[in-house]
Amino acid sequence: MKPISVHHAHKSYGAKEAVKGISFEVDEGLLFGLIGPDGAGKTTIFRILTTLLKPDKGEALVLGLDVVDDYRQIRKHVGYMPGRFSLYQDLSVEENVAFFASVFGTTIDANYDLIEPIYSQLEPFKDRLAGALSGGMKQKLALSCALIHKPEVLFLDEPTTGVDAVSRKEFWQMLHRLKEENITILVSTPYMDEAEQCDRVALMQDGQILSIDTPERITKTFHNQLWAIKTENKYQLIQLLRSYEYAESVQPFGEYVHYTDKREEVQAEHIMEYLKSKGVINPTVVAIAPDIEDTFMRLMEQEETYE
Amino acid sequence: MIKAEKLTRKFGDFTAVDHISFEVGAGEIFGFLGANGAGKTTAMRMLTGLLVPTEGEATVAGYDVYEQPEQIKKRIGYMSQKFSLYEDLTVRENIRLYGGIYDLGDQQIKQKSDELVNMLGMKELQNKMIGSLPLGWKQKLAFSVALLHEPDIVFLDEPTGGVDPITRRQFWEQIYKVAEEGTTVFVTTHYMDEAEYCDRVSIMVDGNIDALDTPAGLKEQFDADDIEEVFIRLARGAERGE
Repeated sequence: MKPISVHHAHKSYGAKEAVKGISFEVDEGLLFGLIGPDGAGKTTIFRILTTLLKPDKGEALVLGLDVVDDYRQIRKHVGYMPGRFSLYQDLSVEENVAFFASVFGTTIDANYDLIEPIYSQLEPFKDRLAGALSGGMKQKLALSCALIHKPEVLFLDEPTTGVDAVSRKEFWQMLHRLKEENITILVSTPYMDEAEQCDRVALMQDGQILSIDTPERITKTFHNQLWAIKTENKYQLIQLLRSYEYAESVQPFGEYVHYTDKREEVQAEHIMEYLKSKGVINPTVVAIAPDIEDTFMRLMEQEETYE
Repeated sequence: MIKAEKLTRKFGDFTAVDHISFEVGAGEIFGFLGANGAGKTTAMRMLTGLLVPTEGEATVAGYDVYEQPEQIKKRIGYMSQKFSLYEDLTVRENIRLYGGIYDLGDQQIKQKSDELVNMLGMKELQNKMIGSLPLGWKQKLAFSVALLHEPDIVFLDEPTGGVDPITRRQFWEQIYKVAEEGTTVFVTTHYMDEAEYCDRVSIMVDGNIDALDTPAGLKEQFDADDIEEVFIRLARGAERGE
């Protein structure tokens, strides 16, 4: 039995189809990521799996239980951290955790070992009202509350959105520790670079899954040679590459521009020659391996061509 | 375009922004980075004429933040991820509303509206409610609307949060274009790769600007491979949260 399995799930809000027939499964103890921008349908999937929303069509099972028929059973065994901070702002840190523990018929002490690495960082502030916590601390408190009943499956909807790079890093470290407890984790994020933190990912766009695999294998589906190009003036470089007759794709990427070429056999020298002929001094052209974000954009473009 | 000298804001005994000094030139893309709670929002609110500083000096587009906040508001554009356009107005109605707020004449608003929907390829969508558009479209439109009155400076507060990677890049190309045309761009982001798109980047920690240089300069100074590494090294030392 897979902890999570979804078959051909559909969900519409009025005329808008948010989830368009999605299927995926998650194995036990895996850290599985739903990666995609706002509007991809990530939150709708979370709401279906946490039994807060019924699918219009298709089926979703959590721990072998049906999200519609067995919703009460499912709720006992899963933890959920919604995208929006939804703890009680006017209860203290400790009161929030104690409240969630009592709702699930347990106590903080009974499951302290599981939340200890996270909750211990909050303990100096345990009397502070949840509403007065910083963003990073709210996130830790929400995770503590989602874990207090020792769930078998943990659902985390965009836990790192709007959070700075340091807190994001720390949060992923916490998730890796939880994985060692054999908790199955489904997590969503709009940050492509976080895909690499997951065992498997589904890349999502516009209610559909573009690709589903390990992050390494997903990037292997990018067949073209990718080039990273750097010059003094990035805007000018983008324009020049766009007007190059052999250009296939041109995307800014940090300090570089990522480029693919239509030709079968192309050398760095060819691209360099072209740029120099346009008056660019000392361009850097390096062959590189694509990452998840390159691949995601490639898949998005293919999707558009099919339509 | 922006000149801040020991700019400070206290809330009670808490110093949110602690004597920051920097200058931003015309047509520059200036990245304003910092951890959650470092004081970015407070600093932005002072520079946009919404909050009076406790101490220090600042001028924006040549106007003084203490004496001339209303002139500042006329010469700047502002857009944020959280709030940009009215969801229950159409594309055209939003443009007209902002045109009215910025005192453009009817004729000018009409002309600008036509230009804008054509430029963005949104002609078919012009009478659609904003709420029905995909986020990427909304963000691109919001950015253009923030530029409607041809401001000297545009402030962008996390403009690309949650936007897909292709639209995010198209958005940055819009930024390059307006900067090339001479508009100053002041931008905050949590995407560290976007910091590399800026001409210069400042990183705020605990109310201070701990680093300010070109992306290349920062990487050299901190002997780091990318801006993320620089950021993490600086922000790790932060004392306070949000």
